[in-house]
Amino acid sequence: MAKDLTLELKFRDPARARALADAMQRNLDAIGREVSVMHVCGSHEQAIARFGLRAVLPPQLRLIMGPGCPVCVTDGPEVDEAVALAQGGAHVCTYGDMLRLPGTSRSLADAQADGARVHVVYSVAQAVDVARAHPADEVVFMASGFETTAVATAAVALGELPANFSILSVHKYVPAAMEVVSRSKASAIEGFLAAGHAAIITGHALFEPFAARTGAPVVVAGFEPLDILAAIVKLTDLIREGRPEVFNAYPRCVSREGNLPAQQVLWKVFQPRAGTWRGIGEVPDGNLDLRPEWAHLDARRRLEPDVSGVRDDAAAGLERDCLCGPIMLGLAAPHDCPLFGRACVPEAPVGACMVSSEGTCRIWHTYGGAPDLRRVEGRAAGRG
Amino acid sequence: MCLGVPGKVLAIDGLSATVDFFGVQKELRLDIVDEPVAVGDYVLNHVGFAIRRIPPDEVQETLALFDQILDVTGAKDDLMAMDVRGEIAAARAKG
Amino acid sequence: MEKPGAKIGLKHGSGGRAMRQLIEDVFLELASPVDGIGLAALDDGAALRVGDQWLVVTTDSHVVHPIFFPGGDIGRLSVSGTVNDLAMMGATEPLGLTCAVVLEDGFPLADLVRVRDSLKATALEAGAPFVTGDTKVMGKGELDGIVLNTTGVALTRRVVSDAGLRAGDALIITGHVGDHGMAVMSRRHDLGLQGDLRSDVAPLNGLVRAALLAGGDDVVAMKDPTRGGVSGALHEMAAKGKVGIVVEEAQVPVRDQVRAACDMLGIDPLLVANEGKAVIGVRAASVERVLAALRAHPLGRDAAVFGHAIAERPGSVILDTGLGRRLLTEPEGELLPRIC
Repeated sequence: MAKDLTLELKFRDPARARALADAMQRNLDAIGREVSVMHVCGSHEQAIARFGLRAVLPPQLRLIMGPGCPVCVTDGPEVDEAVALAQGGAHVCTYGDMLRLPGTSRSLADAQADGARVHVVYSVAQAVDVARAHPADEVVFMASGFETTAVATAAVALGELPANFSILSVHKYVPAAMEVVSRSKASAIEGFLAAGHAAIITGHALFEPFAARTGAPVVVAGFEPLDILAAIVKLTDLIREGRPEVFNAYPRCVSREGNLPAQQVLWKVFQPRAGTWRGIGEVPDGNLDLRPEWAHLDARRRLEPDVSGVRDDAAAGLERDCLCGPIMLGLAAPHDCPLFGRACVPEAPVGACMVSSEGTCRIWHTYGGAPDLRRVEGRAAGRG
Repeated sequence: MCLGVPGKVLAIDGLSATVDFFGVQKELRLDIVDEPVAVGDYVLNHVGFAIRRIPPDEVQETLALFDQILDVTGAKDDLMAMDVRGEIAAARAKG
Repeated sequence: MEKPGAKIGLKHGSGGRAMRQLIEDVFLELASPVDGIGLAALDDGAALRVGDQWLVVTTDSHVVHPIFFPGGDIGRLSVSGTVNDLAMMGATEPLGLTCAVVLEDGFPLADLVRVRDSLKATALEAGAPFVTGDTKVMGKGELDGIVLNTTGVALTRRVVSDAGLRAGDALIITGHVGDHGMAVMSRRHDLGLQGDLRSDVAPLNGLVRAALLAGGDDVVAMKDPTRGGVSGALHEMAAKGKVGIVVEEAQVPVRDQVRAACDMLGIDPLLVANEGKAVIGVRAASVERVLAALRAHPLGRDAAVFGHAIAERPGSVILDTGLGRRLLTEPEGELLPRIC
């Protein structure tokens, strides 16, 4: 077992990380100005935060967290639908990430506290088990996540299902997030880190037209610390050389074409549609909806959730003042937002940047700004 | 939405596999994995589904890629990077 | 303060910021001045002066689902919890324990007997006699099976608070982190995880006695990292001691299987509950002595120095990952398996 573990730990080696950070610094020195790059995946931010990687990035490099957390950008009214279904008597199953996500007035956790039957599951397959265990009740799976997770939902949709099972899709589509950023003229983003696990499904060729059109290189990155650092080094190489190319820095998982059987399954069940993302606004092709031929599995069509009792239009209206979009694009700071710290706080977030524990606004609110820990005192006492 | 952890396939039963994640075992579904999976293979798990078979040589390929990235930026002249290369070589020698 | 119409949620019981806020907003009102450590200190228990000694008192209600889990059960949990709270204040010789049990109509008698046997065995292990008790039954659905409350009292000549850290002190964890929480979670959410995930639940008074014998007055702060995990314990110690704490992640002992389960579920082992571990703050001069004494005890074989207190950033806990640094977050609400 120890040998297997080293396989994984090789991607966390501090010596290699320092060498990569040095290489990054040399690239930034060669470019000779500030450079902004963006990642569009919540898990990248989680990994960057978890391993403290921001502390090793060159000061001239701005690594911006883009609109890439599918939970955070799930809109209040979408949560309202799930809350309405739960309060209406259906069992609602969902991933742990979604439980505390606020709707316009309440979350599924609030509904659960009032006695609604809300189940946290790790896999869509468990939601089907819940449906089998309660044949007399409607059981709804609130399906969140990017295409990687949508594929799992689709695989289950194609299988044999109990008649009382349906799906409330709030799945999101990664390429749409990058389009949103690149369409913003004011954006100073010069390159993108693409989400490795979404690219496992879609393949990295998907990003080629994007890079060619926008002039911004795209590097597909994995989630271990070295994966992320190596990808940023490569991205700064491409920026330095002015090459708007797609590079796959996660070859152990991502191929050019992607997972073809999974793509077939995905597009058989889902189709992209324009949707509103929390704090960002309308995103063309941003959401994944069940195709019409799966209407019988679509909780929206089958159960027609009545949100009138749970929707708070005043709260929904607040979103108009939310600056999440510009903050995510690096064009505004949390203090520029009229809601920050007043109408928008971690306990009652309005925008995606306050929902995520790694969101810019949440970090500013909790720590009074992005903390610089590079200069804090050294090593542990008594360490041999 | 990317929590994915690699694990080693211990047994396969139709479209279901028992996979070991460094001491914890879990049943994964194989409906959407990209290519046929055999006992002993590594697969990437996402929400209870194997989404990718990880060929062992591609783990080495990733390490070689880091190597190459360091090369291109001139880091190989760096003393630290020399140490890194020593480690990479040692890791390879151990297999 | 919460909004009008606010209700109690599960987050208020999970050992994090929300729970501390609730206690400060609601229960602190009950505090009155005492000679010693009272409610206002929000420590693991109270210490009241009796002659030239301290009477340490602590109470804890226990609910766990499932009530029998790998490595333990609610009986072992409630004895250990109370004995450990006493020990964390330096009182390692319990005079007596009470046991109050609230049962749901329909609770199986055989399960109750099993819990009783476990209470008895664990009390024997800790050298803590049960001295009184109480039983109530509530209607079906009015509670989830069983709630167990235990209160413990002990005398000690020196009280160790959780506020005693100062810059330069070393922090020791007495063994592997996250065992209890992952053992329970793997059962609770029907995750289908197989493997050796076992709770570490155990009475720690013997282990703490060894540390105090070896370190004497240089053992300056102790806390058991239960709900809220090591992170929760460190945040309290940092806030009360008005110091910063730097944790070296590489030095934190975590079992392979616990790390794997945490990775899979997107959970930080430092936020996961432990029921048989202590975080011990020690003056630098005595670190090696205390560490050796801990490691000589069966429950402390894997003890390690994993951090230290600094003067900067009082109240903050900084995690050094070996790759970089970040602020360790405080747990917020019940830990849930994540997918992203």
